[in-house]
Amino acid sequence: MLNPTILWPAILNGVTTGALYALIALGLTLIYGVLHIINFAHGALLMVALYIVYFLFRLFGLAPYLSLAIVPPVMFALGYALQRGVIGRAGHGRDENILLVTLGLSIVIENLALMLFSSDTQTVETAYGFSTVSVLGAFIPVPKAVAFVGAVVTALALWAFMSRTDLGRAIRAVAKERKGARLVGIDVDHVYAMSFGIGVGVLGIAACLLMPSYYVTPQVGHGFILIAFTIVVLGGMGSFLGALIGGIVIGVVEAVGGLMLGESLGQIGIFAIFILILLFRPQGLLGHRA
Amino acid sequence: MLEVRGLRAGYGQVEILRGVTLDMGPGEIVALLGANGAGKTTFNSVLAGLIRGWGGSIGFEGRALPPGDPKAALDAGIVLVPEGRHIFPNLTVRENLWLGGYRRGRANRTRNLEQVLDTFPRLRERLGQRAGTMSGGEQQMVAIGRGLMSEPRLLILDEPSLGLSPLMVEEMFALIGRLNQQGLPILLVEQNVHLTLEVAHRGFVMENGRITASGSAADLLADPELQRSYLGV
Repeated sequence: MLNPTILWPAILNGVTTGALYALIALGLTLIYGVLHIINFAHGALLMVALYIVYFLFRLFGLAPYLSLAIVPPVMFALGYALQRGVIGRAGHGRDENILLVTLGLSIVIENLALMLFSSDTQTVETAYGFSTVSVLGAFIPVPKAVAFVGAVVTALALWAFMSRTDLGRAIRAVAKERKGARLVGIDVDHVYAMSFGIGVGVLGIAACLLMPSYYVTPQVGHGFILIAFTIVVLGGMGSFLGALIGGIVIGVVEAVGGLMLGESLGQIGIFAIFILILLFRPQGLLGHRA
Repeated sequence: MLEVRGLRAGYGQVEILRGVTLDMGPGEIVALLGANGAGKTTFNSVLAGLIRGWGGSIGFEGRALPPGDPKAALDAGIVLVPEGRHIFPNLTVRENLWLGGYRRGRANRTRNLEQVLDTFPRLRERLGQRAGTMSGGEQQMVAIGRGLMSEPRLLILDEPSLGLSPLMVEEMFALIGRLNQQGLPILLVEQNVHLTLEVAHRGFVMENGRITASGSAADLLADPELQRSYLGV
């Protein structure tokens, strides 16, 4: 069972799957980890982004990777409008309200998708969808390798954005001290909407990188949302590099757990490792103490 | 320079400011004194645009300020260093100061940062430290430094000595005097009456949302009625 010729491909598969999880969790760690907006609509918004990628391909023949130029900005605009027009308005800054509003949004979005697109599974066929690259003797599909690189680049870019730009600093400032932020002239509502927009925009990146190796249905988000929340907490609330590492840890644990315990029990490992890590590092892997 | 006329404000049904009239000249330190609950902090918040006043007017450098607009107040150069400091605890000292120039004073951020660090040499040693982990006095320096980064034309300091050690309190008042020597008008809201009137040029006493006494700092200190009724000396 621990034969390296079996273990290594499983680990590699876990790393690349985990990077995809991380990509989905990156937006959530900005929205939930930094701003403490409990966004239950994250999975539904991922589904929307996947459908956009799918229809750009189906109707205009646009390859998923080329959609990177379109889908993230569109998702950003959608996120900005949702926060400004719906979540911010109806939430009144209370956690329980926001939770219900985002949960309601996810139900509405998913049922709209069900009504418009039916529950059929849709996929995108690309030339590279089934080609593989060899990494130290093990083969992984090209789309997963691309997604891995995309996740690393996105995590680094978000980290640099949050620490090096004025908007990034303003987002962190608003998260902890709204009055102070207003006093230096930060438009708090705008900054909240920008953060939400960026978090949802990252879902657009995730969708473009996920689509070549995955599928879309109206319920596709369900499988990801719980794992994404787990990764955010595991990596440390608001830490992008933590989310990346957390995602990869989860992916590897799931893949190796599946190998040892069988596919259906593989997910037990995720929550075992989650509890174990939080026992020793309650603030998460790269999180700061409150 | 600052002309406040009949300013009224409150929260919900409760009227806090019942017609406050107050003025400041250029280069002055003006003390606003009063017991807890007199309305001093509400007054500041209205000046800074955080709260919308119910009536009356605020004129600053000859122009009327729109009510309840913190950006307009900031753009005019009215900078509030609030009670309780409200610095960004999760950001470093450098980031806190840098955000002081987020809107106003943006063009001169690098130069202003150097000036602030010259004013507070202790902050220069702590630039990389998270502001929330510093002592009360240091946090107050960050709060004032952040205010100075906004290039104030009127600096409002709300209880800057609150919670500081006696030594830090002395230092804080010395600093207020120094800031004013360069011509910066300061509205100083304090409960520490004696030190405040020593550094201020003029003072106003607020009681129950109204100005009940005003005059030069020396007169206020000497006024026996005031001493008995409010200053408690």
